[in-house]
Amino acid sequence: MSLAATDARSGVLRGISDWLFRKPNYFLLLLFIPPILWLGVVYVGSLLVLLAHAFFSIDEFSGFIVYEWTFSSIAQLFQPANIDVIIRTIVMAAAVTIASAIIAYPLAYFAARYAKGKWKAVFYLMIMLPLWSSYLVKVYSWKLILAREGIISWLAAKLHLSWALDGLLATPIIGGPSLSTSYIGTFIVFVYIWLPYMILPTQAALERVPTNLIEASADLGGKPSQTFRHVLWPLALPGLVAGSIFTFSLTLGDYIIPQVVGGSQQYLGSVVYLQQGTAGNVPLAAAFTIVPIVIMILYLTAAKRMGAFDAL
Amino acid sequence: MPPAVSFQNVARHFGTVRAVDAVDLDIAAGEFFAMLGPSGSGKTTCLRLIAGFEQPTAGHIEIFGETAEGVPPYQRQVNTVFQDYALFPHMTILDNVAYGLMVKGVDKSTRHRKAEEALALVALGGYGARRPGQLSGGQRQRVALARALVNEPKVLLLDEPLGALDLKLREQMQVELKSLQRQLGITFVFVTHDQGEALSMADRVAVFNEGKIVQVGTPEEVYEQPRTRFVASFVGSSNVLAPDVSSKLGGPAKWVSLRPERISMGGKGIAANITSVHYQGATTKIHAVVDGGHSIIAAVPAGGFTGQEKTTLSWPKNAMHVLDGEA
Repeated sequence: MSLAATDARSGVLRGISDWLFRKPNYFLLLLFIPPILWLGVVYVGSLLVLLAHAFFSIDEFSGFIVYEWTFSSIAQLFQPANIDVIIRTIVMAAAVTIASAIIAYPLAYFAARYAKGKWKAVFYLMIMLPLWSSYLVKVYSWKLILAREGIISWLAAKLHLSWALDGLLATPIIGGPSLSTSYIGTFIVFVYIWLPYMILPTQAALERVPTNLIEASADLGGKPSQTFRHVLWPLALPGLVAGSIFTFSLTLGDYIIPQVVGGSQQYLGSVVYLQQGTAGNVPLAAAFTIVPIVIMILYLTAAKRMGAFDAL
Repeated sequence: MPPAVSFQNVARHFGTVRAVDAVDLDIAAGEFFAMLGPSGSGKTTCLRLIAGFEQPTAGHIEIFGETAEGVPPYQRQVNTVFQDYALFPHMTILDNVAYGLMVKGVDKSTRHRKAEEALALVALGGYGARRPGQLSGGQRQRVALARALVNEPKVLLLDEPLGALDLKLREQMQVELKSLQRQLGITFVFVTHDQGEALSMADRVAVFNEGKIVQVGTPEEVYEQPRTRFVASFVGSSNVLAPDVSSKLGGPAKWVSLRPERISMGGKGIAANITSVHYQGATTKIHAVVDGGHSIIAAVPAGGFTGQEKTTLSWPKNAMHVLDGEA
């Protein structure tokens, strides 16, 4: 009696199922077709079409796209005003990243090393809660908080600290008429919005540093500051770098925060938004999207060298 | 000379858990001292109290006559070999070993030379450029040892250092640790749950149970004259007989310990039925039931058992060691 004959079920589906069972590679392929289509056509495909537009130009007179290969759109990036936008965005992203790291590290350290049980849950809730509310609501709330008539000005006045606030706003370049219309305001909101993305990977990296390495350092005579410098910091650095990928790239591409809070300065994201929307200059918008892609490729290469991807 | 380590009525409680409770202990300078006990018996907490990772809830600890409580680990002349070695994964072996000297501000050439010497001491000369991940468990264990010894500690603490090694390597390391300790003359405090390891290496053994020290003595004392039922059954295996059983078998009407290897089969003795037989190479373990249904374990030399079902058991009178009433 043959083994196969013991099952009475048959039919086309059964046949396909048996065939897939015998050819696991085809089964795998079948599973992968939808995500490959999605990533390949919808994501990578549209991205390539967008990037290809960077090598077209626009007819100044009619406003139509001229489908002839040219570097004229790319060349426009190097106009002084556009170089300003690129530098402004990179400096802002870097400042936001560094500030996030400085704020995130002690929080993450506390959560990883000291918070236990219930307190750990409270910590996660406090970090995640802002992520559950609407991004736009948060940004517009900050506009009110930072406004001339907002709570910060009010509080400063009540504490007789208006002079300090005014002094801060009088700082050249980063100051402005009020917090909500200055670089400081844009910076504060960026830090607030992206901070969780810095805290979580840092906390994960710190948590993965075994306690006995800290103890071993102390045992061998390392003072707390030395233990931090030689053991904790190098082992947690990949987490900070991983977090910085988020804060840096998210700041690099954001186009809403600078429009709502801050002066009227343009950032990479807002220029792309403007050029492909109101201005209708898709080739220039496409040229601008190349900038953050190139920056992020360089950034990720450096981050990979520092082992950031092991910390994700 | 004051003792290397002195515990006076030391307790360490974690909430309601009494990890260490009223421990008095003196460890002499230059001694190889083993702390033996099942997991959760407080031996590791005692080690951590000496290292400074834990502070006592009550009592007083001295290390070479100096008060230890309140002194952080990095100010104690005590070094630890951790259970899973705790080597720094981001440093080379040489930097790992030189770490203690580095944080003390020893210049680079001196500390590298000393680290090389320490590595040579544990037969790992030339491994300095590798990383911990590239070494085997046994090699990492030696690096951990070198990293501790390079600081010339007054007391070396070893927390189950051989636990992760396979049997052959473990036996080899036991011999090496012992001879290293003789050679260096440093006080070794060794935590283990393996009674064989404690008996074979230590000058003295403290047996821990439930946060307390039950017995301290040389390996011979602890094995031959266990004080309590717990020590008798934890250190080696033993027939622990209740007073009524003991008196029926010709002993005193007290709790006694009877080592299986002291029992011989055949000849004039107590009749017993053999219930099961476990061949163990050098010896054969016989489970037998005597009159009244009490079971006795005997260990007879290989070849001493010939397949019979009934036998007689006998032992010299002094083989029945009287225990005190404590559990």
